Amino acid sequence: MTTVGLFHPGTSFLHRLPAGVKLVAVAAAIVAMTLWVRQPWQVLPCAALVTGCYVLARIPVKLATVQLRPLVWMLAVIAVFQVFVAGWERAVVVCGSLLLAVALAALVTLTTRTTDMLDVIVSAARPLRRVGVDPDRVGLVLVMTIRCIPLLGTIVERVSAARKARGLGFSLRALAVPVVVGALLTAEKMGEALAARGVDD
Amino acid sequence: MSEIRFRQIRHTYGERTVLDGIDVTLTEQRIGIVGANGSGKSTLARMINGLVLPTSGSVSVDGLDTARKGRDVRKRVGFVFTDPDHQIVMPTVAEDVAFSLRRSRLSRAEREERVRTILDDFGLADHRDHPSHLLSGGQKQLLALAAIMVTDPDVLVADEPTTLLDLRNVELIRRTFAALPQQLIVVTHHLDLLSDFDRVLVVDSGRIAADDLPGPAIDHYRNLVA
Repeated sequence: MTTVGLFHPGTSFLHRLPAGVKLVAVAAAIVAMTLWVRQPWQVLPCAALVTGCYVLARIPVKLATVQLRPLVWMLAVIAVFQVFVAGWERAVVVCGSLLLAVALAALVTLTTRTTDMLDVIVSAARPLRRVGVDPDRVGLVLVMTIRCIPLLGTIVERVSAARKARGLGFSLRALAVPVVVGALLTAEKMGEALAARGVDD
Repeated sequence: MSEIRFRQIRHTYGERTVLDGIDVTLTEQRIGIVGANGSGKSTLARMINGLVLPTSGSVSVDGLDTARKGRDVRKRVGFVFTDPDHQIVMPTVAEDVAFSLRRSRLSRAEREERVRTILDDFGLADHRDHPSHLLSGGQKQLLALAAIMVTDPDVLVADEPTTLLDLRNVELIRRTFAALPQQLIVVTHHLDLLSDFDRVLVVDSGRIAADDLPGPAIDHYRNLVA
């Protein structure tokens, strides 16, 4: 079971900060970091700042690490590519910035209740009503995205266990097909459950 | 109690007829629906809050037609599914219950108070900030139930709510159902769950094969599948 993207209860300064402020601040910090970090050494002060924020929010080290673990393979591929194309300095800058950006985004989800985030997104999307966009649906998309992370993890676990139980080795097709079918069936059932809760009314 | 009316219901999926000639009115507080897999009992239950509209005939709850007044019907009729994972939307327990109240006109403080009360009632108060998907099967079903009951529906329809649960959790759900003041309609294969119900319908091949008190209705069902 995954704990990626889940709220970690607490009373820290970051927990108490309004969700809207956190979302704007994290977006500004990521843009600033992307523009400023040009040398490998510049990643260090940014990393120190992000680590400081995690300490301030009293996020356990293990939980913080779990947030970044899914990135490892992607970063490895990007790093190898960057080393060959632009050199190791560029690889450190690109991968370091990416890692810190994800860490900052994860910190927002760790310190903000989804409900609060939902309220901010729905409020921000309200002007789009003039062009026919339903703000509640925009919020629902966000909620469903967050919900689908553990749900997809469960489907993958179930399919992997079924494959092992039948004594089969790893096969991308044997994993992908049942996971996609399972995800589609789950999506259909969740849609039905949401309709039953009056979400679409 | 609400009056749930099925009038001359016929329902087909493609060329397959799943319900035919259903004409029944439900007014009792606790009603069970039993039947073999594929007998049409879940389709019948889904019609009560308009999740499935009949191919012909009509369903109404307190005079509100599910086809024309689906929104109003869903405000009165809550629905609990077999797999609570499909029903739980928000990442934490309290948030999922609060999600049901998002469209209500209650103030934030009133919503929070209702969530607190319902979590207490369902024994989930200690889990309010717990990740929903990490709860046990029984707790998840309780959460799904709490998330529906927080809206205070007149009728609760539960479609095989105990199928995925162990005996201890089945007992937990049975006790929870017994304490509900609402009208309750339960589709189930756990026949013990229905022993103190007021009425049990046996659905077979899309038709109501028996409609009686739990004892005779369940006997009829056992003879049917023997």
